[in-house]
Amino acid sequence: MAPSIGTSVPRVDGPAKVCGSARYVDDLVLPGMLHGATVRSDVPRGRLLGVDLDPAFDWTGITVVTADDVPVNAVPLIESDQPVLARDEIRHAYEPVALLACEDRLRLAQALRHVTLRVEPLPPVLTIDDALAAREAIRGADNVIKRYRITKGRGGAAVEGCEVVVRGVYETGWQEHVYIEPNGMIGWWDGDTARVEGSLQCPYYVQKGIKGVFGLPDDGVDVTQAVTGGGFGGKEEYPTLVALHALLLAKKSGRPVKLVYGRQEDVEASTKRHPSRVEIASGCDRDGTLRAVSIRVLFDGGAYVTLTPVVLSRGALHACGAYRWEDVTVEAVAVATNTPPNGAFRGFGAPQTIWAIERHLDRVARTLGTDPVALKRKNLLRLGDTTATGQTLKESVGVEECVEKAMAASGYVEKRERGPVVTGRTARGVGAAIFLHGAGFTGSGEKYLKGKVAVDLLPGGRARVRTGSTDIGQGTETVFRQIAADGLGIGVENVDFAVPSTANVPDSGPTVASRTVMVVGSIVDAAAKELRARLEAEEKARGATRSAAWERLAADPARATSLVQYEPPPGVVWDDATYSGDAYPAYGWACDVAEVEVDLDTFETKVTGFWAAVDVGRVINPTLCAGQVEGGTLQAIGWALTEKLVTKDGKILNPRMTNYIVPTSLDAPPFTTTLVEAAYSRGPGGAKGVGELPMDGGAPAVAAAIEHATGLVLDRVPMLPEDLFEASVKGGAR
Amino acid sequence: MSMETNITLTVNGSVVTLEAPPAARLLDVLRERLGLTGTKEGCGEGECGACTVLLDGVPVNACLVAFGQCDGREVTTVEGLGSTAHLTPLQEAMVTEGGAQCGICTPGMLLSAEALLREEPRPTEPQIREAIAGNICRCTGYQRIVNAVNEAARRREARS
Ligand code: FES
Ligand code: FES
Repeated sequence: MAPSIGTSVPRVDGPAKVCGSARYVDDLVLPGMLHGATVRSDVPRGRLLGVDLDPAFDWTGITVVTADDVPVNAVPLIESDQPVLARDEIRHAYEPVALLACEDRLRLAQALRHVTLRVEPLPPVLTIDDALAAREAIRGADNVIKRYRITKGRGGAAVEGCEVVVRGVYETGWQEHVYIEPNGMIGWWDGDTARVEGSLQCPYYVQKGIKGVFGLPDDGVDVTQAVTGGGFGGKEEYPTLVALHALLLAKKSGRPVKLVYGRQEDVEASTKRHPSRVEIASGCDRDGTLRAVSIRVLFDGGAYVTLTPVVLSRGALHACGAYRWEDVTVEAVAVATNTPPNGAFRGFGAPQTIWAIERHLDRVARTLGTDPVALKRKNLLRLGDTTATGQTLKESVGVEECVEKAMAASGYVEKRERGPVVTGRTARGVGAAIFLHGAGFTGSGEKYLKGKVAVDLLPGGRARVRTGSTDIGQGTETVFRQIAADGLGIGVENVDFAVPSTANVPDSGPTVASRTVMVVGSIVDAAAKELRARLEAEEKARGATRSAAWERLAADPARATSLVQYEPPPGVVWDDATYSGDAYPAYGWACDVAEVEVDLDTFETKVTGFWAAVDVGRVINPTLCAGQVEGGTLQAIGWALTEKLVTKDGKILNPRMTNYIVPTSLDAPPFTTTLVEAAYSRGPGGAKGVGELPMDGGAPAVAAAIEHATGLVLDRVPMLPEDLFEASVKGGAR
Repeated sequence: MSMETNITLTVNGSVVTLEAPPAARLLDVLRERLGLTGTKEGCGEGECGACTVLLDGVPVNACLVAFGQCDGREVTTVEGLGSTAHLTPLQEAMVTEGGAQCGICTPGMLLSAEALLREEPRPTEPQIREAIAGNICRCTGYQRIVNAVNEAARRREARS
């Protein structure tokens, strides 16, 4: 059987998606189903005095749920500080306070207008600086959610003794996921069993939330993933809240309840990428050898803890970039503000700090009068080098090859040497970014997760993969089939993928952190290979053919299934107390080159070409893999150039697709993607993660290209025309 | 409640007569009255293109079309293209070229592309990008969608 890994097997869920028969949550209808809606506060901070229902309105047929109806009013996550429904404290402007359900959507909308919240406003904390100043304390005395400190060698103090010292401050704003399918869930009760089906990345996260809030055992909750219209991290932790709300309404009404957000509500209330400020001081030799760096990372966590500590951790761990430094200090701090909670978003803290370090090294190169790529290349991490946390890189470092391939494909060197091309009032330039992304959970994460996968032999020579890892568009269903097929030595068309439902699939850990292929895929591989060994043993023992052995095992419940638990690779050692050791089992590496055209009158930037070379260890499915790179890169370009969430007094002024602008096909450059394979010994076939990596490089590559084209130095994303204009007024424009 | 009117239209080749408020969104009538849930809602205000259908062959956002405007007209939704057993060349290319990831933008994208290919059997890349500019895809970066439309044009030509 020719191996399936390495071939572009067409995505298995493709035909249903192109025919419109794939069922997303909003396409599902249950008998007797009601529609739900959420009543939210509209001040960013305050004391909730009461929820008033207009006595003049006819409330028949309308179910109303408030905090009084919530058994345990805390969403279980890292800290259980977020209420399911606010009881007395309002901590952000879209805080859910009450829930309504009604069969008729028109009446539901009318009812929403007849609920009044009595709130006594309090002065809000709205920015990182407000939070640090701590004039108002909204969390502890100092508003700090989490701190980390990473040190290496003599620490950041060594910067001062270096020949060339460069300082800079780099900032990023919120980013909204804008998955085209907004959040949605249907919840219902089957006696005492809670059931939900909806749009989500992590069925077991939702299950944990429901168990905690309703006090149910494992088998009292069944969470099923509907076909999901994009996630990008936005459906990691947030869907738990939507599921809880649907179930509360279902409990009180005794009917199934569908709760699907409109776009505006989704933008306003759901999580977003953490805004950041990163301050860097670095020291190097006059020849460009990097020596020491001191980095302060500040993240705005928003109103509740959600996943902020882990996002901050990943940000801190990527802050030194893909480079060698002898002496390092990274101080990372996340603060609380009265803005909607920020949470998981593709890249998970790394895009903010990679933005900072890449822009910073561009600044160092400018100071030294050298090309940024030449400077970066000289200092790239190589096999045997040690990262900021003291991790020695033992394998799978393909970054040099990525740089070479991206340079060659884009013609970067020649284009830089030629200088910017100015035609009339248009300036064209190129820029690059080089970066890494840790694949899998940080540090000891996988050890605690204990991800599991089951592969079953089915009658008729078929097999089935059962996993809690979901397909949210990235192709899990297809690549897991490929991995299992090769492990079993059968054709990919003979492998099924079970619908992820907590009643039927084991907990593989969440579908996040670029861990699906590398970590969970490796146990799909192990389970398939174990079954293959069983088949071979059966053949030998009974002198049977493969198909006879298969049917015998498939008919025997004790032998038909292989359930494998992930074992973190030996020799990966991490110390949470000192924040040192092997931060990730492996890293993906990449080099991006962007070419831009800047209109010198309007200051609009258009990305006209994009070349990415990405080390993914081993390519399981070239088409799907390149699709991840391109899609992630375009999200990064959007973040860089157009995606700006504007807030005033804690409220979002542009919560719609009309005014929060994500790239269209006309804004997207043609992509040239090169996949590099520096195999990782513990990944399936050598594969590492790819999902998040492409989010890290687009913004700094575009900024470097703008700088090349115009001489304008921008240190904050997004870089809107008005930002370029402002920079030009300050001086430096051609 | 608003008044209901009787409207006759052709949907995917079949004539249907329905009673609904004239101000109802075509999107809701298709999804809820006709069970054609392949047409998706991503924004409800004409920005995302997930609800794109063809009205007399022209791509429109079904979330902005009042049902009352559809009397005597012809609507094509994604269900009116091919079936999973018999994909059209465009649907097939969308799958093999990797133009669909999460798939939520795909039905609308296909209808915009279908309208283009009917007008312009061999479109250039800029024409393809222009034709799908009203359909936001957050997953793919568009490159593979453009490739798919190109490939579909080639396959359609080879067939005819
Ligand atoms: S739902 Fe109609 S354009 Fe977005
Ligand atoms: S495939 Fe997900 S939005 Fe286009």
